[in-house]
Amino acid sequence: MANVIKLCKGLDINLKGKAAAEVIAAKPSKVFGLVPDAFYGVKPKIVVKEGETVKAGDALFVDKLHPEVKFASPVSGKVTLVERGERRKVLSIQVEADAEQQYAAFSKGVPADGKKVLEALLESGLFGYMMQRPYAVTACPEDTPKAIFVSAFADMPLAADFEFVVKGQEADFQTGIDALSKIAKVCLGVKPGSALEGTKNAQVTVFKGKCPAGNVGVQINHINPVNKGEVVWTLGAEEVIFVGRLFNTGKVDLTRTIAVAGSEVKAPKYVKALVGAKINDIVGDNIVTDKAVRVIDGNPLTGMKSSLDGFIGAHTTEITVIPEGDKTYELLGWISPRLNEFSVSRSYLSWLMPKKEYTLDTRVKGGHRHMIFSGEYDSVFPMDIYPEQLVKAIIAGDIDRMEQLGIYEVAPEDFAVAEFVDSSKVELQRIVREGLDMLRKENA
Amino acid sequence: MAFIKNMLDKMKPTFSEGGKLSAFGSLFDAAETFFYVPSETAKVRGAQIHDAIDSKRSIFFVVIALIPAILFGMWNIGYQHSLAIGCTDDCCGMFGQFLYGLAVMLPKIMVSYAVGLGIEVAIAQWKKEEVHEGFFVTGMLIPMIVPVNCPLWIIAIATAFAVVFAKEVFGGTGMNIFNPALVTRAFLFFAYPAMMSGDKVWVNEKYMDCINGTVDGFSCATPLGQLAAGEPVTYSAMDTIIGTIPGSIGETSFIAIMIGAVILIWAGIASWKIILSTFVGGALMAFLLRYDGAQNFEWWEQLTVGGFAFGAVFMATDPVTGCRVEAGKWIYGFLIGVMAIVIRVLNPGFPEGMMLAILLMNVFAPLIDYCFVQANIKKRAKRAIVK
Repeated sequence: MANVIKLCKGLDINLKGKAAAEVIAAKPSKVFGLVPDAFYGVKPKIVVKEGETVKAGDALFVDKLHPEVKFASPVSGKVTLVERGERRKVLSIQVEADAEQQYAAFSKGVPADGKKVLEALLESGLFGYMMQRPYAVTACPEDTPKAIFVSAFADMPLAADFEFVVKGQEADFQTGIDALSKIAKVCLGVKPGSALEGTKNAQVTVFKGKCPAGNVGVQINHINPVNKGEVVWTLGAEEVIFVGRLFNTGKVDLTRTIAVAGSEVKAPKYVKALVGAKINDIVGDNIVTDKAVRVIDGNPLTGMKSSLDGFIGAHTTEITVIPEGDKTYELLGWISPRLNEFSVSRSYLSWLMPKKEYTLDTRVKGGHRHMIFSGEYDSVFPMDIYPEQLVKAIIAGDIDRMEQLGIYEVAPEDFAVAEFVDSSKVELQRIVREGLDMLRKENA
Repeated sequence: MAFIKNMLDKMKPTFSEGGKLSAFGSLFDAAETFFYVPSETAKVRGAQIHDAIDSKRSIFFVVIALIPAILFGMWNIGYQHSLAIGCTDDCCGMFGQFLYGLAVMLPKIMVSYAVGLGIEVAIAQWKKEEVHEGFFVTGMLIPMIVPVNCPLWIIAIATAFAVVFAKEVFGGTGMNIFNPALVTRAFLFFAYPAMMSGDKVWVNEKYMDCINGTVDGFSCATPLGQLAAGEPVTYSAMDTIIGTIPGSIGETSFIAIMIGAVILIWAGIASWKIILSTFVGGALMAFLLRYDGAQNFEWWEQLTVGGFAFGAVFMATDPVTGCRVEAGKWIYGFLIGVMAIVIRVLNPGFPEGMMLAILLMNVFAPLIDYCFVQANIKKRAKRAIVK
């Protein structure tokens, strides 16, 4: 029996437009783009030239500091553009896809030696998907992780349901776990009643609780917390399937089953698409057109504002579309009942309607203040860390205190629900990211 | 209601940077966010959706929770006055008594708000920030915790002192160490003691149309005043629970305060842990330390007289100046209760101890937080070594 951990703190936000259990294929994109920003912490060095042809699985760029970490093209075709922004920062590397896909060939079968597995992952560009704690950045292959953590469920609002995504791909998932277990001990977090509870070669833990129990950071904190000087690696559940496919087929196949969800999507459902596909080709005309919407690369709590012209991020498992709401003017919001708004505060009536699905827009809905009310972050932060004190230490730039209060264990996404409930509207995820970057620079 | 929006939009350029009235930009901002929820949207990164709660709503709910105590306090001003002029209920009726109290109370509320908000708006303008709404609670609390005879100019001075030296010098709402309303009261208490205690300040003397008759220097002691003087308490327990006793304007009615407590706890704005533990600490201490020779006064009545309940519900629960670690709130509240009764019973100089107890614990709140946070830090450090 898997170990069960029950978490009391958290908040499930019931949003309208959950993806129905139905998969369609995306419109085949003509141009795919790999966005280096999606691999946080990497300094990209482009290894292809415009006009060059690549196969699916060939490197498009490498990390300047660790050139052995490659980032593979999702498709075969011709490199058409290296898009650069201010100060020549690489925004995306775009590849025009061939009609007939060619795959770079890698050896099949999981090697018995962990080092060989690591080499295969580096060579195929899949290692670039590995993240690490501390700092919540792309992992460094020279480190020896004490464990690799995989969370097999996401409970952020409108997030893709991995239990559904994995159906039919269980063998690839198991192969992926087998391969990772050669590198380090694998810890898998699943939700109650999961079909993946029987996964072999991994320490499986069941997490019962509200969002963000599905965050891998929360799971690490309860299974085997990161101490100073230690490194753990984390890999997205669907990326474990990528690894499995590599060793089962010898090909780099970056096909994801992406949830297209949100109140402004006409028919929310799952779409099979490759990493780097154009968001327009995934979402298409499935959007309500009569109002201003925000297309989010990811879920509404941790995702990033994008657009239909954008490319889907490498780690993204869902695209959500919600109303922008910038032209909404609510009269006397501080006193009116506002029945359509969701709140943890019982000064609103949403506590009476736990089943109601809400349509929330992107407004911040309040002025920015210093932290006034206490206990808000704490009530939705299921880790053995004092979130408010940690955030204050970051704002103060006090590096010793950040370390003492556990900054090595957190990622910005762990503060997403706290940022949502905060009545003072403090940008917690930005602050935590700045703190992590500050510490990484300091310890470099 | 589109005309308000149109009007605000039309006025906006005048108050914006470079406009004729840009010196009043903060005031305009305050008015705009008062009428309309800000339509600022989430940034590119970070949470793209937000809870509908904001500090404005939370803070106005505290003001709503104060309303029962304010209304009762107004009526009680009139009631105490009619008692003083030797006229019972039927000489002017409850409504007349309420009107009398309203007429006495309104100028105090107006002075407190005008002075406090004036300073806040000026400072916000100077710092180029939005006006923070914290003073809406403080401004209402101040008139409720002074004796009815307190002159307006004294309220004005004390409010100005508290807003500047207890709040703005620390950085405004959310950064202050002491509860500004209590600092106002402490300032009055030490600077103008004759206006704040004794037995001449609790009944309004002035003549007004609705109630005939004036009283000059009418003596009337509060229950705590009588206890401190070693006299028998002349009020029944029921009087102190309903609140038909002399005292600071908002503090007398236990029932009205408890209605406020229910609103605050239900809305999740005040910490029930602090309220409960304050009462537990107070009850325990009241049981242990009884007044020598106090007649007609049960130990538990300590919790219903004076400012104990008012302080526990509306002052101790101030999230900014109180303990911020959940477990620490138990200790924080408990010690406020204990200290309030200790000061009341053991210190002959101060008949009431709630104000000083809360201010004292405001000082210790960061220390309590520190102990809990330090325990977490030690645990983490130990884990790294044991590994």
